[in-house]
Amino acid sequence: MILRARVNGEWREADSWLGSSLLSVLREDLGLAGSKNACEQGECGSCSVWMDDELVCACLVLAIQANGREIRTVESLAKDGNLHPVQEAFVKAGAVQCGFCTPGLIVAVADLLRLNPHPGEPTVREALSGNLCRCTGYAKILDAVRLAERALGS
Amino acid sequence: MRARTITSPRRVVVREGVGTNARHPDATVKVKGEFVYSSDLHRDGMLWGLTLRSPHPYARIREIDVTGARGMPGVRAILTHRDVPGRKTYGMKVADQPVLASDVVRYQGEPVAVVAADHPEAARRALARISVDYQVLEPLVDPRAALERDAPLLHPGGNLVRHVKIRHGDVELARAAAEVVVTGEYEIGMQDQAFLGPESGLAVPTEDGGVDLYVSSQWLHEDLEQVVASLALPPEKVRIVLAGVGGAFGGREDLSIHIHASMLALRTGRPVKMVYGREESFFGHVHRHPALMRFEHGATRDGKLVFVAARLLLDGGAYTSTSQVVIANASYFAAGAYEVPNARIDGFAVYTNNPPAGAMRGFGAVQSCYGVESNMDKLAGALGIDPLELRLRNAMGTGTVLPTGQPIDGPARVEDLLSRLRAMPLPDVPPGAEAWMLPGGHGNVTHGEGVRRGVGYALGMKAIGYSGGADDYSTARVRLSVVDGEPTAEVWSAAVECGQGILTVQAQIARTELGLETVIVHEADTSIPNAGSSSASRQTWMTGGAVKGACEAIRRRVLQGASGALSRSLDELMFEGGAVVEIRTRKVVMPLAEVLDDEAVEESFEYHHRPTTSIDTETGQGNAHVAFAFAAQRAVVDVDLDLGLVRVVEMAIAEDVGRAINPLAVEGQIEGGIAQGLGLALLEELQVVHGKLRNPSFTDYLIPTVADMPPVRIELLQTPHPDSPYGVNGVGELSALSSTPAIVNALRNATGLSLLRIPVRPEDIALAARGTAAAAGP
Repeated sequence: MILRARVNGEWREADSWLGSSLLSVLREDLGLAGSKNACEQGECGSCSVWMDDELVCACLVLAIQANGREIRTVESLAKDGNLHPVQEAFVKAGAVQCGFCTPGLIVAVADLLRLNPHPGEPTVREALSGNLCRCTGYAKILDAVRLAERALGS
Repeated sequence: MRARTITSPRRVVVREGVGTNARHPDATVKVKGEFVYSSDLHRDGMLWGLTLRSPHPYARIREIDVTGARGMPGVRAILTHRDVPGRKTYGMKVADQPVLASDVVRYQGEPVAVVAADHPEAARRALARISVDYQVLEPLVDPRAALERDAPLLHPGGNLVRHVKIRHGDVELARAAAEVVVTGEYEIGMQDQAFLGPESGLAVPTEDGGVDLYVSSQWLHEDLEQVVASLALPPEKVRIVLAGVGGAFGGREDLSIHIHASMLALRTGRPVKMVYGREESFFGHVHRHPALMRFEHGATRDGKLVFVAARLLLDGGAYTSTSQVVIANASYFAAGAYEVPNARIDGFAVYTNNPPAGAMRGFGAVQSCYGVESNMDKLAGALGIDPLELRLRNAMGTGTVLPTGQPIDGPARVEDLLSRLRAMPLPDVPPGAEAWMLPGGHGNVTHGEGVRRGVGYALGMKAIGYSGGADDYSTARVRLSVVDGEPTAEVWSAAVECGQGILTVQAQIARTELGLETVIVHEADTSIPNAGSSSASRQTWMTGGAVKGACEAIRRRVLQGASGALSRSLDELMFEGGAVVEIRTRKVVMPLAEVLDDEAVEESFEYHHRPTTSIDTETGQGNAHVAFAFAAQRAVVDVDLDLGLVRVVEMAIAEDVGRAINPLAVEGQIEGGIAQGLGLALLEELQVVHGKLRNPSFTDYLIPTVADMPPVRIELLQTPHPDSPYGVNGVGELSALSSTPAIVNALRNATGLSLLRIPVRPEDIALAARGTAAAAGP
């Protein structure tokens, strides 16, 4: 199956197995391993990407569904060697330990702050409750959200 | 080296040294999605390896027939036990686990065959065509039955892994003298490490007939020993390189894909990648030991402990893994962080046909901490004394003699920790002030009716580093040179970074000791000497000590060889701001760039902690530990009695960390440990029914989300440990111990229920609260 999609601003083609998920095509065929494979059933959010500006778990999208669509991954966020404010906030807040959940969380937080620049605490917790982290206990991640909120607002 | 006094120095303050919140050097790469985890590895022309696993917890294998899979398109190798070139078994302490099962499988998920194919789907289809003829046997699944006379013997030596006996004082005499005695039986289900990065790696055959293995691990050298034994290769032909580790928590101490991927690579002559899916991951590593525990506490009426008797039974599952050390650790600390004049502790670990249990954060101390801290609350209830007050009256301190006969000679400010915890304000938000914070959260299942608040306390202690006579050491090599005019330190160590921050710690220490900014910590592999494991809360102390030692040796060498301005006593000079500085005046004597010129100075250092001894097999007496760490915790919970739903409102912890090399990272360890303890108290259980896992997925095995985690209030004490580099103490595990019993004690406080088994499920509360007896048991 030949899949054609605009990935991080560039039209890409992949020749992959019909049963592949978008996650597997990104990781194995397009060399974009930033989206992670932690549960592969939409529970952990580690593979969060945008498909036509909508936040999705790439493991739950059949690759063929992404045909002709616009996909943006965590790799699209840093520009010209500069971290995206959400990325910068995660580093600064100490929100990264093993980091396996981090790319998915970065995408989820960037999406949240894009739609809601000043979310209240329940909104933040609700929005990120689909992103599992096993290392941090989430405290530093919540700190990072606030740092990013301030950076993006200024 | 030239020597010349510089009169107009350029002073540079070294940032991100010891004691600062230095940024993790790998964090920038991780936030960009560019960090290469073991599941991200790729080589052109690589094959995919998959594992066939036993569907039965206990069965005899009559025949394995792979002919149906041979010749399938894209399938390059199908290997069984016959193809294991060397030792057919592996294991950290005892090599009793088959690399691939031959005649018997002892747990559901035991590997039987491995396949390499061009595409994972081709490999999956090949697995389906391998036919294994099993004679299914009745599994032994109840650890209580394992030692009975009619139990099937799962291993040649019987079903007992180890019985640890600790005898301290005279419990019989003390029992007669005790004015109040309480007994409680407590049970813990099977918890999983649930690291997010699945077991994975890439094996690449080398030209000399060996293999380079890129893999997640907690201890590369321990892996190497087992891998070369099974591959029948000399150690120099196998190099294990640490690939990016997506969390560990004990679950990567045992081997996973290591031997399988290497065998497939050697057989096919091609790189082979293996990645477990989440379901397979639950079968692919050991779990925390489920426990059945009985505790008996005796005290005087005014609340002084006179004895503790404890009997612990840990289900080790099908193979040994680290069970005999885990049960020792559980037993050492079964009397808690208290002055206990008389103790009798019996710890048993047994084999069953349940999934193998081994290392997980806390390593046995989690189980006994839950038991002893639960029974302390029961004792407090029987005495009518406030639970925190009872703990204060019995808190151990420096000089206290442990049940193992070892006097504590390091810091043990337990009373201080409890007092600080007591002084911390309680959360001022009443239940229901914000609807989303009620039990059930966004589910909107109550408006506050039927909700009760409870407060609970627990104290935790654990040894740091290897105990029981093991020679605990780590090695590091440091090189100081000038790169582009900039003094630069390079560090080589085999210490595993699994997210805890040991990379950062090594860089911080090199910066501080050598007074410079630029540090490169090189990738860990087995060509570098042994650093020991990233476990036992030991790496900052041990590898930190090794890096510090190597840096000190560099300073000595640089100054000893010097002449002129630098030829002074070592006590007069230090390295700071990229220069050699006079300590007294803080004046620059010479920039490092000039001292070194074109030369590089390199030193290695092997750091050992103070020797310990094993414990006596009959009495459990011995100076088994080098150091101890302590934490006191408080949990505040809201419980909906009608639905049994729980909201943890706040966790508060006072912990003595010795000295925080990186305070932000220390907080991260504490918060992460509390989350795992909360999971064990309320959510996390691998349900094993008749030897089979019922919930091996993140849909059914629940770890805490950001919606479950309360704010954590942290108070750090920093009492330098006299034996460690900079006075550090271990922090990786401790918070995971006391959070669980603190939460369950808070639930008991809120509900008045006994809640003996964890995780506490909603029905355990709701049914019991309605007076229904059906709440108990699994």
